[in-house]
Amino acid sequence: MGITLPILILAIPITMFLILGIGGVKMTRKQAGILGIIANGTLAVIAYTVAFTYFFSGDANFIIDGVRQQYQVFDVTWLAFTQDLVVNIGFLLDPISALMLVVITTISFMVHLYSWGYMEHEPGFQRYYAFLALFTFSMLGLVVATNIFQMYIFWELVGVSSYLLIGFFYKLPSAVSASKKAFIVTRFADLGFLIGILVLSYYSDTFNFMELTSNPEGVLSSFGGATFMGASALTWAMVLIFTGGMGKSAMMPLHIWLPDAMEGPTPVSALIHAATMVVAGVYLVARLFPLYCVVDASLTFVCVVGAITAFYAAVVACTQIDIKRVLAFSTISQIAFMMVSLGCAYDKPVEGVHYSGLGYMAGMFHLFTHAMFKALLFLGAGALIHAVHSNNYTEMGGLRKYMPITHVTFLIGCLAIAGIFPFAGFFSKDEMLAAMFQRHWFWGAWMAMVAGLTSFYMFRLYFMVFWWEENPKYKEHKPHDAPWQMSVPLIFLAIVSTVCGFVPFGEFVTWDGVPYHIHFEIPVVVTSLTVAVLAILLAMVMYRKKNGIPARLKNAMPGLWTAAHHRFYWDEMYMFVTHKIIFGIICKGIAWFDRHVIDATMDMFAKVTQKTSYAIKGMQSGEIQTYVYWYFAGAVLLGAITWLCLI
Amino acid sequence: MDLSMLWYLVPSVIMLACGVYGFITRKNLIAILISLELMLNSADLNFVVFNRFLFPGSMDGMVFTLFAVAIAAAETAIAIAIIINIYRSIGNTDITEINKMKF
Repeated sequence: MGITLPILILAIPITMFLILGIGGVKMTRKQAGILGIIANGTLAVIAYTVAFTYFFSGDANFIIDGVRQQYQVFDVTWLAFTQDLVVNIGFLLDPISALMLVVITTISFMVHLYSWGYMEHEPGFQRYYAFLALFTFSMLGLVVATNIFQMYIFWELVGVSSYLLIGFFYKLPSAVSASKKAFIVTRFADLGFLIGILVLSYYSDTFNFMELTSNPEGVLSSFGGATFMGASALTWAMVLIFTGGMGKSAMMPLHIWLPDAMEGPTPVSALIHAATMVVAGVYLVARLFPLYCVVDASLTFVCVVGAITAFYAAVVACTQIDIKRVLAFSTISQIAFMMVSLGCAYDKPVEGVHYSGLGYMAGMFHLFTHAMFKALLFLGAGALIHAVHSNNYTEMGGLRKYMPITHVTFLIGCLAIAGIFPFAGFFSKDEMLAAMFQRHWFWGAWMAMVAGLTSFYMFRLYFMVFWWEENPKYKEHKPHDAPWQMSVPLIFLAIVSTVCGFVPFGEFVTWDGVPYHIHFEIPVVVTSLTVAVLAILLAMVMYRKKNGIPARLKNAMPGLWTAAHHRFYWDEMYMFVTHKIIFGIICKGIAWFDRHVIDATMDMFAKVTQKTSYAIKGMQSGEIQTYVYWYFAGAVLLGAITWLCLI
Repeated sequence: MDLSMLWYLVPSVIMLACGVYGFITRKNLIAILISLELMLNSADLNFVVFNRFLFPGSMDGMVFTLFAVAIAAAETAIAIAIIINIYRSIGNTDITEINKMKF
């Protein structure tokens, strides 16, 4: 493959950002929208071409003896700080980056199209498309990074575009504070990422992914057994790098920004906060997977964090009223699912069993399917909000008659996320659960429970929105299906969510490039299907028609319900720590020191200078002869001193 | 009797001292200007004398003196112009009244 297409993949979105960002004010909405959509469609076609070339061409660069290879299309020096510290910018093609190219451009194209309808009447439409282009550029740059530093640069760039898009409605105080929160929390996490990068590259002497992952034992030995606080330095490096992933992927305890990020426009939530940016953490772990494997502790850490987050987010999602918040917590939970799957994917034989990275394949598979159906659900939620003008599903109910397209596509999304055959989620979730059961029955059981909760809250949402009882306000303002720009992406994604489970994913993406033939393990299939169906039935009983069961259940355990509704008070804890402890105690002390020590010293200098100059200002009398007198006296004095010194 | 260097330097010192004394004590700007010229000329005299007695082979001191004389002429012209302007604005050339440039 030539170098042209990969360069175009990065060049088109950044050019669109510049054109729309600078020239957008001169364009009409229609021009800007059509330009953005066409450019993104072209981009999607190019990305598909690249991905298909990678997977199917059989080129010796890409596949050798049936083993898929990593291939750097180009890798040029970008910044040379010193002889040793050189930052490259390049384009890496391997199974996961090709997969991500497809996911990002598909969802981005759908969102561009959808936004044309959804954002039609919003001021700043052109700016919105410019930011979308910036985000697409950053995300594509992130996934094709050839080295960890390039990844870090684009990692920050997606953070910035996320910040800009969450705060798109900058006149709403809630949107402004949500954007700040998202940026600060992820930035804080990225500090860990940066330290991790520094530790890793300090010992291994390279930023390059291929060099790092092709020889993980070599990297481990380059650390020379360095330890810090009982754990090896490589473990620390990998855990710190994962901290960055925790921030971006909203793992506990850094998840607090994602629910608030729902203040942004809904298509943005679909693109950034469901399908692409938030899986960057998963992608990061997958990218450095061989390194995580050589230090088991860090992989276990990933697994534990994921497991806790998945359960927590699923519980919270059961009690939220804002439809987008439910989806946000669902996203957190599903991403955590992928994390656990990666965490369970050892490639080393444990107790004699070789796991051959099934969890890796499954996690990536779920990343792919989840992107499709979660984007579908978010776009469906956008259509609902568009119709009802409210985020709360207490304002909805009985909408199936009014919005048939949205209803069917949303149902498909719910079935997919619940993991019902033959929708996409079934296949990926099943593989993940199989990997977890292989690792240890505990992880399997735990995550099966989370999967059940997922089905329950998704169908709670579905029934509350489309069944339950009609909102009397519909008589004044009749809800209706969205315009074609919004319906087309919904239908397209619904079709994809239905069929993409049948993609033989194991043939394309595995941790070592060797194809893995997916086969079902009947006990796992039965378990996951039973759990999902039971949860759906439970949701149906509770929420299909208006009844008193939910209220009774809520009153039966008020403490738990309130705590879950308030997301187990994580935000309050953060507020307490930041405002009461950091601002109230630490910052007050620092402010006192600043005012009474540093400022006071400076004031003293100023005062002394001022006093002295007042005292001697009379010497500047304006009388020239006095000056000459003094000058002459000084000259004589100096002459006398010089003379005395010389003799 | 040969004239040694001292015969020239002593008058030069006297000239400089007179110039300094006049510069400090005179109240009239014109008189101050004259004192200034006196000091300048004593320095010129030194140049010439040192050149003549110490480095007879070169002409540097002479050339410098010629330059200094020319520049002194120009400087005097400017000073006279300033003094005339001062006279026009305040009506006299008494230096004790020209003391506005102060703190």
